[in-house]
Amino acid sequence: MTVLERPAPAAAPEAPPRTRRTTAWLLTAGMAAALLVLVPVAAGTGAYPVPVGDVLASVQRRIGLGGAELDRVTESVLWNVRFPRIVLALLVGASLGCAGALMQGVFGNPLAEPSTIGVSLGAAVGAVASISLGLTFLGTWTLPATAFVSGLGTVLLVYAMSRSGGRTEVVTLILMGIAVNAFAGALVGLFIFLADTAAVNQIAFWQLGSLAQATWPKVMAVLPCAAVGLAVAPLYARRLDLLALGDRPARHLGVDVERMRVALILVVALLTAAAVSVSGVIGFVGLVVPHLLRMAAGPGHRFLVPGSALGGAVVLLGADLAARTVAAPAELPLGVLTALLGSPFFFWLLRRTRRRQGGWA
Amino acid sequence: MRLLRPRPAPPAPTAPGDTVAEAAGLHVRLGERQVLGGVSVTVRAGEVLALVGPNGAGKSTLLGALAADLPATGGVVRVHGRPADEWTAPELALRRAVLPQATDLSFPFTVEEVVRMGRAPHAASPDEDDLAVAGAMAATEVSGFAGRPFSALSGGERARVALARVLAQRAPLLLLDEPTAALDLRHQELVLRVCRERARAGDAVVVVLHDLGLAAAYAHRVAILHRGRVAADGTPAEVFSEELLSEVYDQPVDVLSHPRTGAVLVTPRRNL
Repeated sequence: MTVLERPAPAAAPEAPPRTRRTTAWLLTAGMAAALLVLVPVAAGTGAYPVPVGDVLASVQRRIGLGGAELDRVTESVLWNVRFPRIVLALLVGASLGCAGALMQGVFGNPLAEPSTIGVSLGAAVGAVASISLGLTFLGTWTLPATAFVSGLGTVLLVYAMSRSGGRTEVVTLILMGIAVNAFAGALVGLFIFLADTAAVNQIAFWQLGSLAQATWPKVMAVLPCAAVGLAVAPLYARRLDLLALGDRPARHLGVDVERMRVALILVVALLTAAAVSVSGVIGFVGLVVPHLLRMAAGPGHRFLVPGSALGGAVVLLGADLAARTVAAPAELPLGVLTALLGSPFFFWLLRRTRRRQGGWA
Repeated sequence: MRLLRPRPAPPAPTAPGDTVAEAAGLHVRLGERQVLGGVSVTVRAGEVLALVGPNGAGKSTLLGALAADLPATGGVVRVHGRPADEWTAPELALRRAVLPQATDLSFPFTVEEVVRMGRAPHAASPDEDDLAVAGAMAATEVSGFAGRPFSALSGGERARVALARVLAQRAPLLLLDEPTAALDLRHQELVLRVCRERARAGDAVVVVLHDLGLAAAYAHRVAILHRGRVAADGTPAEVFSEELLSEVYDQPVDVLSHPRTGAVLVTPRRNL
């Protein structure tokens, strides 16, 4: 056994993980700055314009740091119309972005999105049913509540049916998601068929996705779900990295894979169903945001999970601002806008993935 | 919820010769097929144990059972004296490291990030982590491309990075499934030298090999598996006999001794 010749000692390793970390900090700072700019601008922009200086003054007064009181109409526009809408956009965007990042990590598939496992359309069934049947047992919270319950029920059904022998195969899970999506789509169609004309209009608008009916009660309805989901998600970041090696190697490294998967699927269901229930179906935020961040700062979930929440908030606030200004005084449905911009990205992603894999297996 | 649970206790130190893992009368069924039918092997600290045998003999299944991946349908697998299924995943991660046959990564982590994943079971201590990662990458000669994405590597480079991750875990029991399959001659030797070094440092190493020459040269002990049973278990010189190998592999072989070193050589008998 002769080893002929030893190669020269390997060159000093390059250090992209360090630069990736720097990129992550820069991105975080950039997104935070974008939020600080976007929030006052979004609050000031609309059919009743308010100068940004006045917006800041009003906010200052409310939190007790001086500022000035504006006239009653302006105050009312800001605090009863604009701010609930902005807060809702931030919460829904953060929930969708974070849920997308978690989903892709859990499935180990960059094409996974909350809608792949049927939460979105599952939530739609509940919401559409409550509109179509005129349910009001929880007052204004009826629609969010039914949407949330049916969304969660859907994802649990998908998960329970795709498990065998204590394990879940990713392909099975996604195929189940497709089947459930088809079934949920049929149910939505059925409820539209049963509804009267007024309800049909309401359902259609809700299906397109919009934040136009934002109110503080709606904000309060999403807040607990979104807060719990967003707080729990980063705890799993490091274990999600290990899951990229596959289920077994992750288990070899001490991850209780099954338990983590159940917990994360519940978190995803919580985040998306809550978001969908107050804003309708807003797609592609959960797909595009984690993707762009992964391309810029690498796939490590310790940045990706909170970063996608922040990025989702920025994107959805920006998109909502665009949706209500580009065609003013009319308002473009937000879900239509995100789908219009998001689906070409999805096409590109599909092509790229297929090229990398040399065709679909 | 790792924050809420106490850290698993690290394993007690072992002395060379101590039993680190064992299978006793082990039966494993995969689907309808009985893959292992009464296998007993003992894995000792300070020893390289090679599992050899023809395709489908049950080598990887035995390794999977020792790793606590596969449940026993009969008999028992003990790791560090306790039945394998009584350990929690975090406890096992401190006691054994596993190299699977193939490593796939769903996201483009860099080589260094992949190797660092091996440190996940340990309580965070950055200095020790850096040391373990750098040591593992040097031992497998992957330091030169530490910053490249794993997905951009060749098969042989991936195999070495995967091994580096397993070494970085610093577990007292190493279970390696065909670590040399994708490697060139030089790196095959390198990997088995690393196995020997780990054994000398007091770890137990179980390695599935197809190359009987490598097994003869580097293993302290060889277990030959045949149709789900152990056909022979002992030092390479004891178990590598022409009759046994010819029968197990259903292929006539010659067992020679090296003209210069006297090492055991195994070569198929060819009629060309």
